[in-house]
Amino acid sequence: MPSVSTPDALDPSAVRGDFPILDQQVHGHPLAYLDNAATSQTPTPVLEAIQSYYRNDNANVHRGIHELSRRSTDAYEGARMKVARWIGAEDAGEVVWTRGTTEAINLVASAWGAANLEEGDEILLTDMEHHSNLVPWQLVAARTGARLRYLELDDEGRLRLEDLPGILAGGRVRIGAVGHVSNALGTINPVREIARQLHAAGALLLVDGAQGAPHAPVDVAELGADFYAFSGHKMCGPTGIGVLWGRRELLEAMPPYQGGGEMISEVQRDYSTWAELPHKFEAGTPNIAGAVAMGAAVDYLDGVGPERILVHEQGLVRQALEGLQAMPGVRVFGPRDPEGRAGVVPFTMEGTHPHDIATILDSQGVAIRAGHHCAQLVMKRYGVSATARASFYLYNTADDVDRLLDGLESVREIFG
Amino acid sequence: MIDRSTPPLKSLYQQLILDHYRKPRNRGELDDRTVEVLMRNPTCGDEITLQLKVEDERIADVKFLGDGCSISQASVSMMTTLLKGESLDKAHKLATRFTKMMHGDEEAARDPDLGNLRSLAGVAKFPVRIKCALLGFDALQEAMKKTRGEEEDAEG
Ligand SMILES: Cc1ncc(COP(=O)(O)O)c(C=O)c1O
Repeated sequence: MPSVSTPDALDPSAVRGDFPILDQQVHGHPLAYLDNAATSQTPTPVLEAIQSYYRNDNANVHRGIHELSRRSTDAYEGARMKVARWIGAEDAGEVVWTRGTTEAINLVASAWGAANLEEGDEILLTDMEHHSNLVPWQLVAARTGARLRYLELDDEGRLRLEDLPGILAGGRVRIGAVGHVSNALGTINPVREIARQLHAAGALLLVDGAQGAPHAPVDVAELGADFYAFSGHKMCGPTGIGVLWGRRELLEAMPPYQGGGEMISEVQRDYSTWAELPHKFEAGTPNIAGAVAMGAAVDYLDGVGPERILVHEQGLVRQALEGLQAMPGVRVFGPRDPEGRAGVVPFTMEGTHPHDIATILDSQGVAIRAGHHCAQLVMKRYGVSATARASFYLYNTADDVDRLLDGLESVREIFG
Repeated sequence: MIDRSTPPLKSLYQQLILDHYRKPRNRGELDDRTVEVLMRNPTCGDEITLQLKVEDERIADVKFLGDGCSISQASVSMMTTLLKGESLDKAHKLATRFTKMMHGDEEAARDPDLGNLRSLAGVAKFPVRIKCALLGFDALQEAMKKTRGEEEDAEG
């Protein structure tokens, strides 16, 4: 477990030793990994959990009488309880394992949407959603005849909440699908208030928590979410595993998403009956090692202290914003106040394309992302085709931010 | 510790490339175009619209519109300067040579026919940027395919 120097502030140098991947040279420079919004790195306890699972306990779940099957089932279900606790859910039966956020949202859009949406109904989205929280709704809208409505953004990358009552006044919105934190802007959205208004209008709220769950304690009940989706690989876990949490009565009323083994109770020639929650939504052999590792990731983050992660990131954001704002020709996107944003800093430099920025930084060992970040509506809103994006996590240091800022100076030398 | 050798950044960002990026040649709309192709790199959003006026198997004129990184935009700008007045066969040959150069073929990189495009040889050492450099030529190949397809349709 990581040790920390003071009870309140997170000391990144104390946790870095847990992430072997960070200790390497890239193009002759120490790696500064600033692409955490895309995926986070994996600490040793999580790597060991994967290995230990395959070395000692590997067997299919819920179907064997033998000892290994008992162990793998215990590990798999134990991990479910851990991630349930991570988001404040009391009932682990409400936690469905998925491949990630994308599959979790597709599950709701397909299964809930097919059963509940009809022509003329409306789905509320926002202009800052990741394509994962847009395209599944476009697909279900095309199938059901439902209409998509959009909450727009202000100049600082915040939702124009003042438009929400007008959209809801029509009385046709059945569900809203809103990101907890924007991966393209860093904005932390007022989910509670959106939930309150949607519920008052008789609609549900799905929260895309891909960028929310990794950075601060989440309490789904307190947020007022009806569904909450997130991914293991953005919170120190492996790829290929994620979670859909949903309120029990909603999940119970929904038809299955996929059919297969594991999700049935009884199968006849003409019909089947479904297994209890959450298994009804887990057709086929699941990603058992992934689930176990995501449980280990939650344990790890719990040990670090989840309430300290976002605070640490915001300190780095403040440092980055100060540095960027002092550079001529640099435009930063998202809320100006670091308190209103998570550890995501998107920017552009006049006269230099974000790709070129990313290539030059990469040659100095600084890994950032450049592109549309799967949020083309955000790019369109701010009149750019791409941005450069630095994003932070618990192991990033002030030195990483300095390396970023120094790298940008050399970008200016080349393109200046 | 894993070490990867430093890629030669200087060889990537040559003055000639930056010059074409800042002052693209043949940028604009070609009113009497015979063919137009929009090419996109969906992973990064780079975009090029290439417009050709093809007459008697020759590229009588060429212009492009685009939005993207220095490599994609400089590459298409340089490409257009070489294409004007050339036969479709020659254009096809250039595209093939350039693609070879991007995949590290040193002999192709010495081909004088490639002209200024040879300044992009360094891109071959940056695998994730090769697609950027090829975007304009991808549009060219598509435009020629379209032109030839239409001719065949007309003849057939
Ligand atoms: C806000 C947001 N939503 C959804 C996703 C999709 O997550 P995944 O690719 O893990 O399914 C991401 C990941 O980039 C994201 O940042």
